[in-house]
Order: sequence, then C-alpha cells, then structure tokens
Amino acid sequence: MSASAQRVLAPGGDALHAAVQAELHPQKQHAHVRFINLGKVYEGPQGQVPALQGIDLDIQRGEVFGIIGRSGAGKSSLIRTINRLEKPSTGRVLIDQVDIGDFNEDTLVALRRRIGMIFQHFNLMSAKTVWQNVELPLKVAGVPKEQRQRKVAELLELVGLEGKHKAYPAQLSGGQKQRVGIARALVHDPAILLCDEATSALDPETTQSILGLLREINQRLSLTIILITHEMAVIREICDRVVVLEKGEVVEQGPVWQVFGNPQHEVSKTLLAPLQHALPEDVQARLQSHPSEYHASVVLDLQFTGSEPDLSALFSVFGGQVSLLHGGVERIQGRALGHLLLAISHSPLSVEELLIRARKHAQQAEVVGYVA
Amino acid sequence: MWLDRLWQGVIDTFLMVGVSSLIALMLGIPLAVILVTSGKGGIFEAPTINKVLGAFVNIFRSVPFLILMVALIPFTRLIVGTTYGVWAAVVPLTIAATPFFARIAEVSLREVDHGLIEAAQAMGCRRWHIVWHVLLPEALPGIVGGFTITIVTMINSSAMAGAIGAGGLGDIAYRYGYQRFDTQVMLTVIVLLVVLVAAIQLGGDRLALRLNKR
Repeated sequence: MSASAQRVLAPGGDALHAAVQAELHPQKQHAHVRFINLGKVYEGPQGQVPALQGIDLDIQRGEVFGIIGRSGAGKSSLIRTINRLEKPSTGRVLIDQVDIGDFNEDTLVALRRRIGMIFQHFNLMSAKTVWQNVELPLKVAGVPKEQRQRKVAELLELVGLEGKHKAYPAQLSGGQKQRVGIARALVHDPAILLCDEATSALDPETTQSILGLLREINQRLSLTIILITHEMAVIREICDRVVVLEKGEVVEQGPVWQVFGNPQHEVSKTLLAPLQHALPEDVQARLQSHPSEYHASVVLDLQFTGSEPDLSALFSVFGGQVSLLHGGVERIQGRALGHLLLAISHSPLSVEELLIRARKHAQQAEVVGYVA
Repeated sequence: MWLDRLWQGVIDTFLMVGVSSLIALMLGIPLAVILVTSGKGGIFEAPTINKVLGAFVNIFRSVPFLILMVALIPFTRLIVGTTYGVWAAVVPLTIAATPFFARIAEVSLREVDHGLIEAAQAMGCRRWHIVWHVLLPEALPGIVGGFTITIVTMINSSAMAGAIGAGGLGDIAYRYGYQRFDTQVMLTVIVLLVVLVAAIQLGGDRLALRLNKR
C-alpha cells in the first residue's frame, strides 16, 4: 500500500495530516472531495462521446451535497469517479487531498471500504439473507466473526430492521431493501456515502423515510453524503449545497436555498418547474399573452427569497383590486421561499410601473399574462 | 438371469454418467467463470484467452457425440489403456459434457445483474471475492438447472457409447433388444431410462427451486 493511500485510510494519520495542513494554511478549509478539471470520454460505436468535461468542485466534510441534472447529464459518471467505479479520462479526483488516480487494486479496495454506496435498484445479493448481505463487506475484509456480528446487529438496528435478519431481499419492500443497502454501505464506518438515485425507485412516503434516515446518519455519524438525483424534491429535503449538471458540465451551483429560490440557468429552471406553484387550471385556460379588453387584469408572478412577503405593504402599492390566485411560503434550510400569483385589475398604473413597484418588495416579479 | 444383466447395465450407466458429469461439473464451472470474466468489460478482462477458450468449446460442442467418441479412440487408449468398457466411455463422455455444461453455466453467470458486481466492487470486494461471493451464489439456481440438463444429455450419450461396447443400459438395449428382437428387454430398458431421467429432472428442478430466493 502506498504512503498516500495510507493517509486516506488511517483515520489517525488523516487527522494528523489535516491538522498539519490547517496550521500551514489556516485560511483554507480542505475539501473532503475535490474534482480538478475532471473529464470523461466514452468510446462509442460512432467515435468518442464526452460524458463529463471541465468539472471543478469542492465537497466539504460533513455536508450533504446534491448533484442534479437531466438523464444523460453525466451525474452517474461523476459520482462513480469518487470510488473509481469509473476511471476519469482527464483531470483528478482528490479525497482528503490525496489523488486517487494511480491507485492499484489493493489501495482501491481499501479506499472503497472508506466510501459507502447505495443504488437506485438496491443491488442486494438475492441469494443472501439480510444479515448476510450486510455482513458481506466485513467478511471479504477478513473481519473476525464476533466483531462482524456486533457490527451487523448494530447497523440493522440503526436502519430499523431488527426483526428481518433471516429474510431474503425478495421478501422485503422497496424501502426495506434500501435500508439494507444503507446498512451494508455503512458497515465499514465510511467517511463518505454515495447515493445513486437512492430514492428514485421508491414511492413518496418511503422516499421521505429514507431521506429522514440519511439526514439522521449525516448528523449522527458526521458523514459526508454525496447524492445524485433527478428529483428536485430530494435535493430540497436534505441537501446543503447543489450543483446542476448539463451535458457533462456544471451549469449552476450554490446553497440549495439560493439555487432553488432563484435559479439562473435554463436547465435549473426546467428541473425546478414541477416544484413551482402552477396557475390554477381555469385561470391558465383564460390566460392571454396580450391585454385584449380594456378591463383585463394582469397576472403577476412574485417570488420572495430569504424573508416572508409583507402583504399589506405589497398590496397597497398596486393601487387597484388585487386578488390572490395562488401562493405559499416554504422553508428550505431555514430560509423562507415565498411565491405569489396575483391578478391586478382596475389599477391606474401601467404594467411597467406595477413591475417596478413589485420588485421593491419581491426579489423577482414578472408578468405571466392577462385574463379578461 | 437377464435381470442380473439389467442390474449390471443400470450400475454401468450410473458409473459412466456419474463420473463423467462430476468431472464435467468440476471442470465446467471454472471454464464458465473464465469465459464470463475474461470477456469484454469482464472483471478479469483477457480477450485472447476468451477467444481461444470460446473457440475450443465451440469445436467440441459442434462435433456429434458418436463421431467425437470414435475420433477420440486413440486419446482414450492413451488415458485409460483400453477402448472397451465403462472407463473407456468416461473419456469421450466427459469431453463432450464439459463444454456443453460450461456453456449453460456461462449463460447463468452472464445473467447475474451487473449492478450486483458494481455493488460488490463499491463495498471493497477483490475480483475473486466477486466470483466466489456474488457470481457463483447468484447463478447457482441456473447452474443446478444446467447441470440437470447435462446429466440427462449424458444418459442419452451413454446409450450411444453402450452401442459401441461401453456397457450400460444402451448396450443391453442394443444387443438384446435390437439385435435379438427381445421386446421385453427393450421395453424394460426404455421404462428404466424414462424413470431415471424423470427422477433426475425432478430432483434437479426441486433443488434449483429451493436455491432460488428471487
């Protein structure tokens, strides 16, 4: 085993190294996982297909980091470079500042035991019981039997599957299978947990319970969680920071409340669309892009980021009849994200003036259309 | 009198089929594992070995058993010192059964979900761990099913071997049933073979079903 691998793997040496580094560069906090100009090209039948290009990212220790994008955006390839299930074509991956690029089978095996992974389709061994599935990573690592038994029992308790030791995966529900997957991923006390669309095959209720469990282990075990998903709701639920991938490149990144409150890139907006409050159907049906009648009311879409909207102040500036079509405030990471759809009629003000006034109160305001 | 001969025939058939299938089992599984894992994208990727082995298997699989048996006579003499009797039949039977079974086992191994291999790699399995803890246990029900088919095919082939002097039920049916027009012997042998094949198929299916936890 190389010296660099030793450093990633031995918790003591790792901490010592980090301490030394912190003393040398007190201004820098070291990323747990860092991608430097990462690229991946697949050899396809029609020549080279780029999957990732120019990825530069830092993932901090203990955070829940989300990677989102449409299918084919390169999410899977990116997350798999962290445990080298995928070998990058260019660039580097640093884990605890150690380049994993030149790891051989021995060092890779050791690295992978420090990185847990869960999958969309769970990937449990169908011929093994729940207990045997969770025990397998310890068994192949040569951990003695008593220690294995203690650890497996402890993890099955953590994920709430105490009574299911002897069941086979086929006898479990989707949520239970993912719990086995999580127990298996955590059995080596990893520092990083990779989640590959971990809730995409689950129903909404089960998704909530799995996300709750992930949140809990993130806090209890101070684990760095890196997850990819195409479901915006998952990111909103548990992530601290998020990047949006499109065609293998990072198009937007930031804290979740920021990206969700005010998405900049077209792809982020499209992905977020299902979460936006839609117009009521009857209004949608009557909506026109230009005012056709004299008494048409204008429909405004206002968004508030960071604080709750002050309604009395807001309504008084419009100087007409204001009716609320749709609205709500939700909290992401403790910050309010508000959204109001208003129909304004009989106002003496021009549409431009309405927008200027609205923007004094809301972070974003735009005209959705007109209704008669 | 002829009952004794019949009994001897059953024992000879059991011996021929049993020994050759057991050897086929022990050689065929490693062969199948090599065929699967050395292929493109496999965990022990080695295209040359894969191609050479694949070609060998195909050659032996495409020669009809009767011809293979005759063609192998010099080789058989070299190995067991004779070309007559049960042990002489074991050589061509094994050589026919091994690639046959290896191909069937290969299909079962190939059907193991790639996600499971990926999960095993992600949890820190070495490559031979993946073979031992993932590929073989997951493919086991299919391998048992394939082995059942192999045994049944070997019973079939052993009758052919019997006809050219290997002994066993095939020999009895040929010499007494066919050459001496003894319908009673012929029918008895047929019934015995049907019962034997049915029992093996049933046992194999039961075992495969019990092993299948999917």
